[in-house]
Formats: sequence, structure tokens, C-alpha cells
Amino acid sequence: MTTLSELAIGRTGIVENIDLPNEIQHHLMHMGFVPEARVVVVRRAPAGDPTVFGIDGFEIALRRDTARYIRVRELNEK
Amino acid sequence: MSDCCGTETIEIRAEPRVPGKIRTVALVGPPNSGKSTLFNRLTGLRQKVANYPGVTVEQHVGKLAGIGRSDLILIDLPGIYSLDSYSEDARVAVDVLHGQMPGTPAPDAVLLVLDSLHLRRQLMLAAPVLSLGLPTLVLLNMSDLMEARGGEVDTLALAQELGVPVAKISASRGTGLDAITHFLNRKAEPVAAVSTRIELPVMGNARSYRQWATGISTRTKYKAPLSSEWTQRLDRLLLHRIAGPLIFLAVVFAVFQVVFTIGQPLSDGFGAILNRAGDLIGLLIGHNWVESLLIDGVWRGVASVLVFLPQILLLFLFIGVLEDSGYLARAALIADRMMRSIGLNGKAFIPLLSAYACAVPAIMATRTIENKRDRFATILVTPFMTCSARLPIYMLMIAAFIPNKPVIGDLLGLRALVMVSLYLLGFLAALGTARLLKSSILKASSAPFILELPQYRMPTLRSLGLRLYDRGRVFTKQAGTVILCVMIGLWFLSHVPFHSTLPESVIGRVGQWIEPVIRPLGFNWKIGIGLLTSVVAREVIVGTLGTLYGADPATQSLGLQAALRHDLTLGGAMALVVFFAFAMQCTSTLAIVRRETNSWKWPALQFTYMGILAYLAALATNQIILHFIH
Repeated sequence: MTTLSELAIGRTGIVENIDLPNEIQHHLMHMGFVPEARVVVVRRAPAGDPTVFGIDGFEIALRRDTARYIRVRELNEK
Repeated sequence: MSDCCGTETIEIRAEPRVPGKIRTVALVGPPNSGKSTLFNRLTGLRQKVANYPGVTVEQHVGKLAGIGRSDLILIDLPGIYSLDSYSEDARVAVDVLHGQMPGTPAPDAVLLVLDSLHLRRQLMLAAPVLSLGLPTLVLLNMSDLMEARGGEVDTLALAQELGVPVAKISASRGTGLDAITHFLNRKAEPVAAVSTRIELPVMGNARSYRQWATGISTRTKYKAPLSSEWTQRLDRLLLHRIAGPLIFLAVVFAVFQVVFTIGQPLSDGFGAILNRAGDLIGLLIGHNWVESLLIDGVWRGVASVLVFLPQILLLFLFIGVLEDSGYLARAALIADRMMRSIGLNGKAFIPLLSAYACAVPAIMATRTIENKRDRFATILVTPFMTCSARLPIYMLMIAAFIPNKPVIGDLLGLRALVMVSLYLLGFLAALGTARLLKSSILKASSAPFILELPQYRMPTLRSLGLRLYDRGRVFTKQAGTVILCVMIGLWFLSHVPFHSTLPESVIGRVGQWIEPVIRPLGFNWKIGIGLLTSVVAREVIVGTLGTLYGADPATQSLGLQAALRHDLTLGGAMALVVFFAFAMQCTSTLAIVRRETNSWKWPALQFTYMGILAYLAALATNQIILHFIH
């Protein structure tokens, strides 16, 4: 198990759980970050942070200090 | 980016709900579902933007004229992901849908707009909306794009699953809208029968919504379209580590370059037409006091402000293109790192950029910032950004006092350099003040930055045209009302008592009374009057100076620029533009800050702080030029 902030660009993770204050957590879940959702690391902003994640065909940018509270299991697919 | 100033009166009657009769329709949908495009399409120019009472959320209301049902009222609710109350937007949406928003009638029917390109997630919003039990029509927007990219969905099966009618539409092309007409023409069905037919997930639980939405997508054979190659390709370039920031700077630079190089001749031409019209009317009236009031007092004052309309519209056009195309979200992403260093969030960048046009819509745009302290800090610094109302006085003073000398070959002239420095000055003041606020009275732990990047879209002429129409109307209305009144008042005060010279008039005495305070800044009493009148709005100073110098026999025959050169030092002129870079001279902004922060404390603080800063900076400018350059 790892966190979303540690996945490299192009890798996919399956969301396990989110450990953020309730309000933020709910907001993220309604945006698609629910357990068992597939998240792809799409690209990083020019400054290296925030990172753009692909989920359900949407692109959502999160800062590293938010992404590190989203636990994922990395998919070992090529 | 719209404003609060529709002239169309749309009456909202608070009548009790009559079963089976539709009067008010609510438009609901997630952000980026194309909801606003549909709203514009359905209502055309017959719409009104205001704020919901007590909160900072914009209320868009219009008559359904676009589909020939002007008898019905359409309420556009803010874009929401769920009916959870994470944001103020969602709370407002829930209140309106439940009929608990004072002043807004309870909707009799709902149009739920979903982006068919991402139906799986967008369906999550359908569960809480359907559970309200109102007659609902689900609109699968952008269905033309979905089908073109190989996506499909069985709408009949979806309608059965949801228990409400479903229609494929394209808001940008205007196809499929007759389904809305049919839906509204049918008598609204008794509501209770609907909700028992379908199974809805456990309320308030994102996970069960998600499972429900996934289940429905599968059963209705939803096939997601391929993602847009264009968005991916563009992002590879526009968010590239090196090219991204460079393109970003180039875009900002290009906007200003075009506004000045194309806008200036347009404004000049427009000004010449306005002046000639004034002269013609003057000839018709003849040489008497009526001519003096109408032409010297009113027409010249109003025209000197009105000439900036072309430039202001150009600036709004560019910001509209950037916003509608989806690029502004990328700009926020690029700017996040820099904004974080001053304690703000990348989302604050969008209002700051649009504040180059006008602080009023910019302050309204801050409502996308979820954290209240971040939002207040952004609201407080926004008026430092060089808005278009500062252009008139900047251009006037620069044209009058700065010689047109090249600095770096043909690339940059001295006048452009001074202009760019003024823009920079405002920007730095905004950054410095934000930093100050975030490390003192608005200190807070950093709020998360969650930003959805929409797909790139071609901005439609329709929506751009609507924006420009809106802004143009607001600006001319301001010139025709507020500025007109100030000019008439000013003309009288500068001619009373009758047969007095200008310095003996009421306005002359007031000006001389305040002169000692502004003398160290290099200002004379006429500038002082200009500062007083421009508390209403910054551009008023140009009209005021036009009226005052026009009423003074010594300068009457000179143009305004020559009159100013005759009357002010270089130090005083530069101190004046520096003063305008910092001071908070805009009643519309103060009013909107009051509304958005729900307290007089913040606008008062802002006015005082910016005023003191303006005075000190102007003082320093004048003294430095006085001692070092002369």
C-alpha cells in the first residue's frame, strides 16, 4: 500500500481510503475518489506540484500535501 | 464573469405551488456540464444576474424565451457535485430546490444537465436530485461529441432506470431542445408515483451513489467515449515544464499588447466621433449657458469616459476567450506554486487575472475558493490589480507628460514602459498585501487545492457576444447615470455663485480648502476635486478634469493634455498615476466587497489601507522626482 503522492507519472492506483477532514473527504469522494476507483497519474504542473490525476475520464489537480492522505494500491500493469 | 446589472425586470412571483402546473423550472448540473451554455441558449438576452440574499452565490434567472415559453422562469443553480454542503454553492442549491430560499419561488420542475462524456460520474448527482421528487427531465449534454468519439448510451433504458424522461442534447449547437418543450408542455405528473418506482441509493453516501451510478451505466450499456486527443496534446504543451510557463507569460503579454495597439486607435476614432457629435449639437443649440452646460459640462465629461469602451470590451473579450476555452484552469495550475508562496491558492489567480478587466466580477469569481480566509484575502487584494477604469487616467497622464522615446529599439517605448511599471506596481502591492494578510489577521492552515481541469472547448461566439453585451451595457449605463450626474453637479458647483470666476466658485473654494493636504504630492486644487469625485469611480477623474479645465478661461482654449502640462509638474503627474494605482476609488467594488464578506468592516479596512498606501506612495513619487530628476 502506498499513497497517491508517491505514484510515478503514468502509473495507476486503486483508491483504498482517504484520511482527510470529513468535509474535504466527502468533496473528494463526490469528485470520484471513492474506494475501488482507478486513478491515473497524468502529469505534474510545471513547478512539479500540484499533480493532475485522471479519474473516470476527468482530470483533477491536487497538491502533494492532499494526495499523500489518499491511500492507494498500485496496479502492476504495463 | 458576469455582473449584477441586468436592466430587464424579471418578476418572480412567490405564489404557492399548484400541482400539475409549471411556472418555475430549476436548471441543475455538475460544474463543467455545459449548464451555463444551455441557460444562455434557453433564455437568450432575457436574463438577470443577482445574488441570493445573505450569501455570495450568484443567482441567474431568465425567461425561457429561447424555446418560446416566456411565461416560464428558469433558475440556473450553481454547478454542484452533490447536495452535500461542502460549499456555499451546494447549500444554496439545496435551499432553492427545497423552496427554502427567500425571494425565490420553489421550482415546479427540474432540468438536470449531465455531461454525457463522463456519464458514469455525473450520474452520481442524479440520485440526490431525483430523490427530491420533483418532475425532472434528464438532459445528456454534449451527446454529439460523445457519439462522434464512439460513445453510446441507451436513453430509453436510462429513462426506465431513473423513472424520468431522458433526452440527448447539445447545448452549444442547440440540438435536441424540443425535448424540453415537450417536457414542459406536458402536465407535471403527480410526484409521489415517480419516486416509488425506482430504487435510490442510501442518501448522503458517496460510495453508494457511486455503486448506483456504475450499476445504471452498465445496465444502460453506457460506453464512455474516447478521451479528447486534443486536450491531451494541448496539455502536453501548455503544461510543459518549460514551454508551459513561457506560453503563459506570452499569453498575458499578448493580451495587453493587443488591447493597447488595436484598442488605442479604436478608442481614438470613437473619441473623435463623440467630439464631432458634441460640436454639431453645440452648433444647433447656439452659444449660451445651455450649450455650456450640455456640451462643456456634460457631453465632454461623459465622452471622455465613454471613449474607453472599445479597449475595455477588447480586454473582456480576451478574458472571456481564456475562460471559456478552459485555459484559465491551466493558468491556475501553473500559478499555484507562486500563489502558495504568498499564502494563497492557485484558484485565487483566476479572479486576480480577471481583475485586470474589472474588480467587481473578479470578486464574485472568488467564490470558487472554498476556504473562507483565503477567499477574504483574495477579495481584499483584488482591487490592487490594474482594472480597466484606471486606463483613462493612466493614458491621459502618460500621453501628456511622457515623451514617446524608444527604450529598447522599437520593442519597448518609454510610454509603454511607464504603463507596464504601473501594472507591475499594482500586482506587487497585491502580492505584498496578501502576504501581510495571510501572516496576520487572515492566518490559517493551508486549505487543499482541488481543481477540475475541464476539456478544452472552442469558445462560442454566442457566449462571448453575451459577455460583451453585458459589459458594454454596464459601462455605458454607468457613464449615462453616475458619471452624468457627477458632471452636471460639478458644472453647477463650478458656476455658482453666478458670474464668479472658477477659483471663486463653490468647487474652487472646496478645492482650495483641501489643497494644503495634497500640495506635498504635487497636486493642485483641480486635481484635488478630481480625487474627491473619483471616489465614485476611477474614470470620473478624467471627466472632472475635462469639465474643470474647460470651465477655466485660462485653459479653455487648450486641449486637456496641454492644459495639464501647463498646470502640473512631472512629479505631480506621476504621483497622480501612482495614487490611482493604489487607491480604492470605486463605490461598486466597495459595495460588492460588503456583499461578499457580509460586513462593512472589510470594505472600510480596504478603503483606509489602500488610501493611506496611495497617499504615501504618491508623496514618495513626487519627492523623488522633485529632488533627483529636476
